[in-house]
Amino acid sequence: MSGRCCARASAIFVPADKAPPMLQLEGIVKRYGSYTALNGITMQVPPGQVFGLLGPNGAGKTTLIRIITRITGPDQGRVMLNGKEMGPDDVARMGYLPEERGLYKKMKVGEQALYLAQLKGMSKADATARLKAWFERWEIGGWWNKKVEELSKGMAQKVQFIITVLHEPQLLILDEPFSGFDPINAELIRAEILRLRDAGVTVMLSTHSMASVEELCDNIGLIDKAELMLHGNVKEIRRRYATNTFRVDYTGSKVALANSLSFIGELKDAHELDGHGTALITLSKGSTPNDLLRQLLPAVSITGLHEEIPSMHDIFIRVVSEKAPDHVTPGMTE
Amino acid sequence: MNKIKLIIWREFITRVRKPSFLIMTLLAPVLVAAGITVVVYLSLQDNNDQRVLVVDQARLLQGKLKDGEKLTYYVDNATWTDSAFKASPYTVMVEVNADILNTNTVLFFYKELPSLGIQRTISNELEKNLELAKLQGEGIDEEAYRRVRKPLVMKLFDIDKVGEESYEQERAGIGFFFGYFMFIFIFMYGVQVMRGVMEEKQNRVVEVLISSVKPFQLMMGKIIGIAMVGFVQFVLWIAITSTLASVGSAILLKDKLDPKAIATSQLPADAQAELEASGAMAMADKDDVKLLAALGKINLPLTLAMFLFYFIGGYLLYSSLLAAIGSAVDSEADTQQFMFPVTLPMILAIIVAQTAVYNPNAPMVLWCSLIPFTSPIVMMVRVAMGNAPVWQMLLSMALLVGTFIATTWLAGKIYRTGILMYGKKISWKEMGKWLFYKG
Repeated sequence: MSGRCCARASAIFVPADKAPPMLQLEGIVKRYGSYTALNGITMQVPPGQVFGLLGPNGAGKTTLIRIITRITGPDQGRVMLNGKEMGPDDVARMGYLPEERGLYKKMKVGEQALYLAQLKGMSKADATARLKAWFERWEIGGWWNKKVEELSKGMAQKVQFIITVLHEPQLLILDEPFSGFDPINAELIRAEILRLRDAGVTVMLSTHSMASVEELCDNIGLIDKAELMLHGNVKEIRRRYATNTFRVDYTGSKVALANSLSFIGELKDAHELDGHGTALITLSKGSTPNDLLRQLLPAVSITGLHEEIPSMHDIFIRVVSEKAPDHVTPGMTE
Repeated sequence: MNKIKLIIWREFITRVRKPSFLIMTLLAPVLVAAGITVVVYLSLQDNNDQRVLVVDQARLLQGKLKDGEKLTYYVDNATWTDSAFKASPYTVMVEVNADILNTNTVLFFYKELPSLGIQRTISNELEKNLELAKLQGEGIDEEAYRRVRKPLVMKLFDIDKVGEESYEQERAGIGFFFGYFMFIFIFMYGVQVMRGVMEEKQNRVVEVLISSVKPFQLMMGKIIGIAMVGFVQFVLWIAITSTLASVGSAILLKDKLDPKAIATSQLPADAQAELEASGAMAMADKDDVKLLAALGKINLPLTLAMFLFYFIGGYLLYSSLLAAIGSAVDSEADTQQFMFPVTLPMILAIIVAQTAVYNPNAPMVLWCSLIPFTSPIVMMVRVAMGNAPVWQMLLSMALLVGTFIATTWLAGKIYRTGILMYGKKISWKEMGKWLFYKG
């Protein structure tokens, strides 16, 4: 994996999918005076997928997004788009929805959308045609001549989403796209993101909603305190964070179950209801689910056995709350 | 540079289309014209008839004072007590003491203070008659006295241009007018630039914008767009004001505003006769003549070209600084501490330009006409006077160009960091640091 030298050796890197990356960041460093906002970020965003950019508040996500969108420049490192170093003209191929939404309050919706589309390099005629199509599809044609200040917050956000995607960018960067939307509109946005992805657009999504990450993202990068802590395919990351813990549904005696484990595993949690029990068992190193079954079968009758895979939520908290990166991955480096 | 054109156009059209622009453009000249009209009208109009009691203890004025319009004199030799005057129908009592020819002082008592115009008329009338009394007392022939008393006229000539009067003062006045106009414009529209930047920052629309265009383009687009609004507004103001002024003076003040009428009405009768006799009636509006002559003397193409140059240079310099301030702060209230150092040199420039009108060769004037922060306004006065050597003009222009390139560059650096910086208390030191952040 290229560029690993710049990140802390102990962070985990699960290789992203092998397709050539749409966006490649190589050793991005950004400092503001003595403060380091990004310290050697190297990561890839595969094309035609949804990529989740995660991290706690103040981790450096917004700075990284601003470097990608060329709002600010890195002190070190480079940004590659489609394998080529990014230039000023590439901003037209990107769409950016900032976390803090904002439009000119006194300007009319249609006029404003056309202005911003033209700044992205579209012709007025093209922009008008596409904008009309969007307004028809979302059935908001009546908003065209309204001033932004006359719209509700949710309505203004919908307009801003359209403005973000109007010029049909190849790379769409959405910072907290669901915030401020009611569930119906959040669903609308979710569907749009997937539709755009299916149409070949690469989406970079920054969000604190780990449920949306599991649902939408193929790959993620997790940044904390200016460092990339986790990077790769969501399913693989979750699998790698699995602690060899299994959930056993059984009928029979909890005591018998506990006793039968002997040395192959540790009972983490167990509860019973009407004779039906559920137990969480973490296997000791080298033990397999088959070993577990062999031990348990004589003691209780088993109705189900599932591996417990941690949610992105759990992984996020675990990675971010553990101060020293050395403890992030005991025995799990590649 | 299609993008910067778009930005300029948006800045221009959104401002021009605002109802407040239309109202300001139409209303300001109307208000100014109305204000001037009212002031002039009121000053020419005296509310009440004045009945002036002249207590002539010197016994010099009996039967000599000539009544004016709404002004009647009553001369009495007796002594009047204050209470007697209060009870009387007279509106004004003037006490001329017995020793008036030596003291040269009269006491003016009033019930309601008459206008300055009335006071002056009364004073002139008294002075004229007392003067005659003095002449008779001294045994001086009045005709001879008039010949002697003719005021001295001093004509100024530049030794390099002998044969033509220089009218320096008047030319300086015209230059000052240009400079003052610049000051007003730079201030009004520079502040609009600052507000516009703050609006974009507060709206948060700025982040969307600078993901499409460079911050510098956005800043320059705003500065140029707002300058265009200013030009349009000023052109409309001048057009509307001059139309209103001519229409207004034609209708409202038909004969009252005729300068000849005003001038002659204030001159003593014999002086009028003298003027008419000498055919120097035109001298009545001497100042107008001088101004016209001064205009003729000014190198108009040079002055206008320099005006345009300094105007644009000064506006760019100050509006870029104000844009930087707007980008750095979160709210209008925070602008104060940064506004002061920016407005200070402008105010200094106006003060020095005023000095330059009377004392164009003061070292302060020379320095301020070279220093870029004051040069646009101060140099205008010198250019109009025609006393700035070419090398000084060129140096001043070069310094201005160099400085506005530097300030727009510095402002661009502050702007680009400032517009994305929220919730931070900004100091000069902090802004200084931003200069060194890498784009």
